[in-house]
Amino acid sequence: MNLTDSQIERYSRHIILEQVGLAGQEALGRAKVLIVGAGGLGSPAALYLGAAGVGTLGIADADAVDLSNLQRQVIHHTADVGRPKVESAAERIRALNPEVTVRAYPERVRAANALAIMRDYDFVIDGTDSFAAKFLLNDAAYFAGKPLSHAGILRFEGQLTTIRPGASACYRCLFREPPPAGAVPSCSQAGVLGVLAGVVGCLQATEAIKYILGLGELLTDSLLTYDALAMRFRKVAVRRSPDCPLCGDRPSIKELVDPEEAACELRP
Amino acid sequence: MKIAVNGDAAEVRDGLNVLELLAERQVKMPDMVSVELNGEILARPDFATTIVRDGDQVEFLYFMGGGA
Repeated sequence: MNLTDSQIERYSRHIILEQVGLAGQEALGRAKVLIVGAGGLGSPAALYLGAAGVGTLGIADADAVDLSNLQRQVIHHTADVGRPKVESAAERIRALNPEVTVRAYPERVRAANALAIMRDYDFVIDGTDSFAAKFLLNDAAYFAGKPLSHAGILRFEGQLTTIRPGASACYRCLFREPPPAGAVPSCSQAGVLGVLAGVVGCLQATEAIKYILGLGELLTDSLLTYDALAMRFRKVAVRRSPDCPLCGDRPSIKELVDPEEAACELRP
Repeated sequence: MKIAVNGDAAEVRDGLNVLELLAERQVKMPDMVSVELNGEILARPDFATTIVRDGDQVEFLYFMGGGA
């Protein structure tokens, strides 16, 4: 792939970086990233990855834009209320960077479709808002062998980790299974600072870009926690658990199944 | 004795188990916390039988399911 003059200009601030250069920018152009959830985390991740020239972005979301989304889901605009989120997200990414191929999946990612959707991608970003979805994506990434950026946010706090299945700690190494329904408040019940989603979603996009470019150290075997009120980031070292039901020594999860739905599905 | 909880120094009494530590730290829903002791995730059934020792590094990891 040879970059055109306008591409060289568009990506000049990347290309000038010694660690990126023309080769790195071309690698971004060949890369395919799947973003599951075009919401608080997925919005900034999709916008920055599109702007960065990631060649193919998959956006999966079954929901329509709601007025209460706009406080943080910055890829959707007021006029989009009522439209499918994948439509407004795709339109915005194409307007920002027409060179990006956007594939829309207007469906919920489930055990039945997750592996087929993930198959063609290099990296997966979890921008979902339920434990069921987060556990499903963790398990699907393991069975598909795809690197995954997991993140969760609530109120003024967020956390994320990058998972290289089989090689670094997975979500189930830390949290064995979804909590009982109703035990943990959801964002719609508990609230979330809009900009917090932006910070964490941008960190996920950073991990995707580093993975594609082979740069730096990925957030593997680490859980990065962010407390916006204390303005404190902490990196907690974690490791693969031999007792992990998915990637441990004697796994009990041998095929992809839908975890039970939990707290965050509740609607206000 | 002195331990570290989520990176902060804490003074706790000798012989405390992990379940008691969760209560002492006023963790409201201990079922919703994973506990890492010196780098290893503890199995939930072991909370009551695992005694915290001087110098231990304890991390409470909280479930966070939001994202949209």
